[in-house]
Amino acid sequence: MYDPTKIAALRERQEKWNQKAEAKLAKAPERKKGFTTISGIPVARLYTPGDLPGSDYEADLGFPGEYPYTRGVQPTMYRGRFWTMRQYAGFATAEESNRRYKYLLDQGQTGLSVAFDLPTQIGYDSDHPLSQGEVGKVGVAIDSLADMETLFDGIPLDKVSTSMTINAPAAVLLAMYIGVAEKQGVPSEALNGTIQNDILKEYSSRGTYIFPPQPSLRIITNIFEFCSRHVPKWNTISISGYHIREAGSTAVQEVAFTLANGIAYVEAAQKAGLGVDVIGPRLSFFFNAHLDFLEEVAKYRAARRLWARIMKERFGAQDPRSLMVRFHTQTAGCSLTAQQPKNNIVRVAFQALSAVLGGTQSLHTNSMDEALALPSQEAVQIALRTQQLIAYETGVTETVDPLAGSYYIEHLTNTIEAQAAEYIRKIDELGGAAAAIEKGFIQREIQESAYRYQKAVEEGERVVVGLNKFQVQEPKPTGLLRVDPVVREQQMRQLAELKGRRDNGAVAASLSALGQAARGEENLLPLILQAVRVYATLGEICDTLRDVFGEYTAVSTL
Amino acid sequence: MAGKKKIRVLAAKPGLDGHDRGVKVICYALRDAGMEVVYTGLRQTPEQIVTTAMQEDVDVIAMSVLSGAHDYLFPRVMELVRERGLNDVLVIGGGIIPDEDIPALKTAGIAEIFGPGTYTAEIIRYIQERARK
Repeated sequence: MYDPTKIAALRERQEKWNQKAEAKLAKAPERKKGFTTISGIPVARLYTPGDLPGSDYEADLGFPGEYPYTRGVQPTMYRGRFWTMRQYAGFATAEESNRRYKYLLDQGQTGLSVAFDLPTQIGYDSDHPLSQGEVGKVGVAIDSLADMETLFDGIPLDKVSTSMTINAPAAVLLAMYIGVAEKQGVPSEALNGTIQNDILKEYSSRGTYIFPPQPSLRIITNIFEFCSRHVPKWNTISISGYHIREAGSTAVQEVAFTLANGIAYVEAAQKAGLGVDVIGPRLSFFFNAHLDFLEEVAKYRAARRLWARIMKERFGAQDPRSLMVRFHTQTAGCSLTAQQPKNNIVRVAFQALSAVLGGTQSLHTNSMDEALALPSQEAVQIALRTQQLIAYETGVTETVDPLAGSYYIEHLTNTIEAQAAEYIRKIDELGGAAAAIEKGFIQREIQESAYRYQKAVEEGERVVVGLNKFQVQEPKPTGLLRVDPVVREQQMRQLAELKGRRDNGAVAASLSALGQAARGEENLLPLILQAVRVYATLGEICDTLRDVFGEYTAVSTL
Repeated sequence: MAGKKKIRVLAAKPGLDGHDRGVKVICYALRDAGMEVVYTGLRQTPEQIVTTAMQEDVDVIAMSVLSGAHDYLFPRVMELVRERGLNDVLVIGGGIIPDEDIPALKTAGIAEIFGPGTYTAEIIRYIQERARK
């Protein structure tokens, strides 16, 4: 891109300029001895073309919608259509969540995002002993198709796209969604949406696993295969760095561990006989928008380029859609402070802006009160308005990838890509992502980064406004959203009624057929769908699979 | 071993919550402060936690819950702590716990609740002052 002799001359000039600047430091020192990004990447005083040696515009950046997709996955980006504004919501009961979805759609939200409670995410019915205290707390409780029918009551499933944060039992919840669509007269081919379905990051970062890795990967590839035939528009997995980052990783680790998991899914699909261009186009990603604004912008760009190169060079993908990182972003929950919670509105705005400048396809903005409790309606509205302000008022959407060509952004993009590629090489040596998790490597890397960050905050090296600087005495927050403990009793009552009402013979037959299939090799999806249709519960279906597959035991990394 | 006996802490994740960043950071910090720390891992029932506390003969149980299930889980652990006669074990908690829930948890016997943003140094000091010697 630049003339090498000119670059050499420039680097010499830059070195002299640096020496001149340093000569003045004795009199006017800089704020810190060394500067780094929040992830620990060293940051120089100044960047110039001299910091981008050997850069090749066509090979490294190219054009939006073209390989290597550094500048975005679509040619027109937000000039065509804004990102999908998708607020994650769901609490207590299906009725209440249904009301919140209708409110959000009414407010101009363009996609639904369902949060399930922990028993649902771990495949327990509300009446299971381990569900005590957890029913309806972090999302909606779904025990059977009946709850799912209530959840989407009056919402035409051919008109909305729905993202479901569900992993270990993703096949069951997807089957329930198809079941609701059938009742609405909507064919599965018309359904739009995403299931998270990313079990590997559950083992390393999020914790809602059920089965061991091998049967889990089988279920995931069963979903890939079933959807390629029957739910072709569905995003069958959302490979998630979000939770890896929340667990404490750096930006580089977020990219590396996410893409390493992606590689594991592609390999599992290949082993199951699915070509890279069958599953490649249905992979989607999910990243965090953290505090270090420019590092985040560079991170999304680096992830896009690195994945495109992996898919092309490592897997030989041909279909352009296989090469693209299409991703959802959520602002960093871990960056919110319980102190002076209104400051979080501003944090979220910067984070959301970084995601937009990084070319996200969809976005969730956190609510200011989420370090304290589930978000209130007012807080959710401000969070959604933040996205609308970026889209309609800031002007950053009018041209594609506006920060490209910034020497610092391009340098950071290169650095993040190179360091992430190095991690992926290390993970390959360990036998891939699943093996690296079973050896505790990924967990240890993440938890050590988390501890380093905490120490930097406690030592005052890293300032958190309102927490370790600019503190105020403030009244205790009030009006926080609470979940009524009677939700569990209500859910248990409905479950008992359902079990009295349904055809229990058909349920038993469907479960026994599922168990048998699980012991063999056939695709489990049609059998799960059959069990769901006759109102077998989530817990019954997962227990059937637990009997065959066993349960995962976490490795100790402490 | 010469000198004072080390304080033994059971760091525990009761319930189904998978958020373990906080509890792991606490484990590192307490170890760096010279304590012996046993971590339960995820998805522990109150019964499992109290049984482990007895087996490991700990001075402190430090629990973390971010799912909102503290209102059931913390008092249930305290009930079992009393039933099993672990009266001199210091029990503390942390996570996403609304201020208005704290009085009831303290009445149930949880000695202190540490919310988001708490420095590990504060928790270390608290344990050093209160744990049985």
